[in-house]
Amino acid sequence: MSRDSILHRIRTAVGRSADQPPAEAPAARLRIPEVPLEARIASVVARVEALAGKAVRTSDPCAWVAEAIRGKTAVASNAPFLAQCGITGLAGVRSGITDPEELRELCATADVGITGADYVLADTGTLVMLSSGREARMISLLPPAHLAVVERERILTGLDELLTVLPNPAVETSSMVLITGPSRTADIEQILVRGVHGPGQITVVIAD
Amino acid sequence: MSVEFDRKIHATLADTKLQLAIYASTARLKDGRLSSVAPQTLPDYQELRTQANALKKHALENLDYYLEEFERNVVAHGGKVVYCKDGTDVADFVLALAKERGARLIVKSKSMTTEEVDLNERLEHHGLESVETDLGEYILQLAHEKPYHIVAPALHKTRYDVAEIFTHSLHVPSETVPEKQTAIARAVLREKFLAADIGISGANFLVADAGAVVLIENEGNARLTTTAPRIHIAIAGIEKVIPRAQDLATFLKLLARSATGQLLSVYTSFLAGPKRAGEIDGPEEFYVVLLDNGRTKLLPDRSKRQSLYCIRCGACLNTCPVYRKIGGHSFPWVYSGPIGAIITPQFMGVSHEPGLPFASSLCGACAEVCPVKIDIPKVLLELRSDVKKSETREKQNRLEKVAFRVFAWVMTHPRWYELAGRVAAAMAPSEDGGWIRTVPGIMNFGPLKAWLSQRDLPPPPPKSFRELWRRR
Ligand code: SF4
Repeated sequence: MSRDSILHRIRTAVGRSADQPPAEAPAARLRIPEVPLEARIASVVARVEALAGKAVRTSDPCAWVAEAIRGKTAVASNAPFLAQCGITGLAGVRSGITDPEELRELCATADVGITGADYVLADTGTLVMLSSGREARMISLLPPAHLAVVERERILTGLDELLTVLPNPAVETSSMVLITGPSRTADIEQILVRGVHGPGQITVVIAD
Repeated sequence: MSVEFDRKIHATLADTKLQLAIYASTARLKDGRLSSVAPQTLPDYQELRTQANALKKHALENLDYYLEEFERNVVAHGGKVVYCKDGTDVADFVLALAKERGARLIVKSKSMTTEEVDLNERLEHHGLESVETDLGEYILQLAHEKPYHIVAPALHKTRYDVAEIFTHSLHVPSETVPEKQTAIARAVLREKFLAADIGISGANFLVADAGAVVLIENEGNARLTTTAPRIHIAIAGIEKVIPRAQDLATFLKLLARSATGQLLSVYTSFLAGPKRAGEIDGPEEFYVVLLDNGRTKLLPDRSKRQSLYCIRCGACLNTCPVYRKIGGHSFPWVYSGPIGAIITPQFMGVSHEPGLPFASSLCGACAEVCPVKIDIPKVLLELRSDVKKSETREKQNRLEKVAFRVFAWVMTHPRWYELAGRVAAAMAPSEDGGWIRTVPGIMNFGPLKAWLSQRDLPPPPPKSFRELWRRR
């Protein structure tokens, strides 16, 4: 069997025996800077915009989203926060879907996918999405535009803090995706084109 | 250097359009990297490199342990791990699974590992449709070409080339604006994603303590590949394993910066098993193929082992004065540039292309930019020495072959055999029973001299057996 012969070859090559404990691994390198919330918010806005996304702060996310999706069709995730602030009840918004086939069809035709975010990374402007019953994978992927409404307490300093809060994301979910800006390619002559397979537009609404 | 290698290099050098394309693209990638690792943007860049190097070294020194830990965790999350020794194993596994599940259409996200084993060709040979979905890879699949660069596979194609390829293969009106060309590909490939039965991805990292596959990309095709179809198969080299999810804090910061100059690539997917109870979407089956395909050959030598630290960022290609002149297709295998020059001879054997380790000025630029600090020039030198050794061995072998052919001919021609016996007896040293340590005068040169320098021959008898037999 390939498994045993490959493992055997490896052990012979590196001089280890089966069931031998590993040498001690270098300590994980995690550095979390002190950054006040205001500065973290400012950083998210700056980073998202640097990537040609849109980022806004608002105390009334529902009104802002209503304006942004006027005349468009949208699919919203089951994140409780979206229902709480009334976004799932807006005209043109479908929500509460748990059947993957139904969701796939809706996402394939909707203009906008509306989600929350489990975390946001300030230093890179990254949305962190964990797949669950509240957040499906497709909503931030199939529609041409992705709009994420995030609570400001969710904004972490960066990757190091994320992996400190979630040392092993696999405990929580089968899929964690970090989204940093709109889908893009530079495969033809290194010319930047947005919206190849994923959403070409990304909007981060920070609920104050 | 083989004639083929030489020919391809000269063809690339003579093609001014191609020279410009390579130069401009690598320059852009190179500049992107430079600004994103500058001290004001990433003050701890050097410490991160040191940490990345230490982690890779440690992971490989304990590779069997981490692979088994990875496997345990994948299984705990409801996935399966399949070990494959080569491309035939991989194809057999995928074909058997496709047959069992009645699958016909496969979507693929970019993976150098599958390029290594010609997976598409193998699957298509058995009647499956396997579609590349990364834009660059898709263009190349339509053009029936191999990747030109490990990060920017279609780097050598201009928009006019793409227009021609699309018109010819997709029967669409000619379109030369990259934005519109991208939209054409998006539409065609979207259909494929939604109809596909199986999604095949590579893996940038395998995380042992999580049993997770990490995929890094900008387009979203890897996300679609691993989300839309019912089955996800990740195909990864065994060297991709890292100990902990927390180590991604080190690697993710280095990879995108070194590759394209981004702080993070657009999408980083961390995938641990199939969709779980309570989750809405995602694949129902999850497999990880762990491929050897020659990698274990690189492990015994501690120095050359570092070739397996590579995270395929492409920075060494962009900075290499040789790659930037001779391009990707001059290289004899799927991996090009400095990293190709050190792994190809080790995967394929040094005589696959003996000129390869010499196609470098040893300027050291590659080692300077490598995010995991592989000492590429050192490995190149070691490989040069291997090439020389194998050439000497081969030369010796060739001469020996000639000698034995002459010997066989003499043996089967009695008259000549007898004559040879008499000549030998005449050459024997005068004192009785003395061994032949050298041959006299005119014959004592070159190969025979070299051959005898390590060997002594017993003296031939004064009268041969044949002579004695005749006189009986
Ligand atoms: S050898 Fe180093 S620089 Fe070259 S592709 Fe691999 S990781 Fe990048």
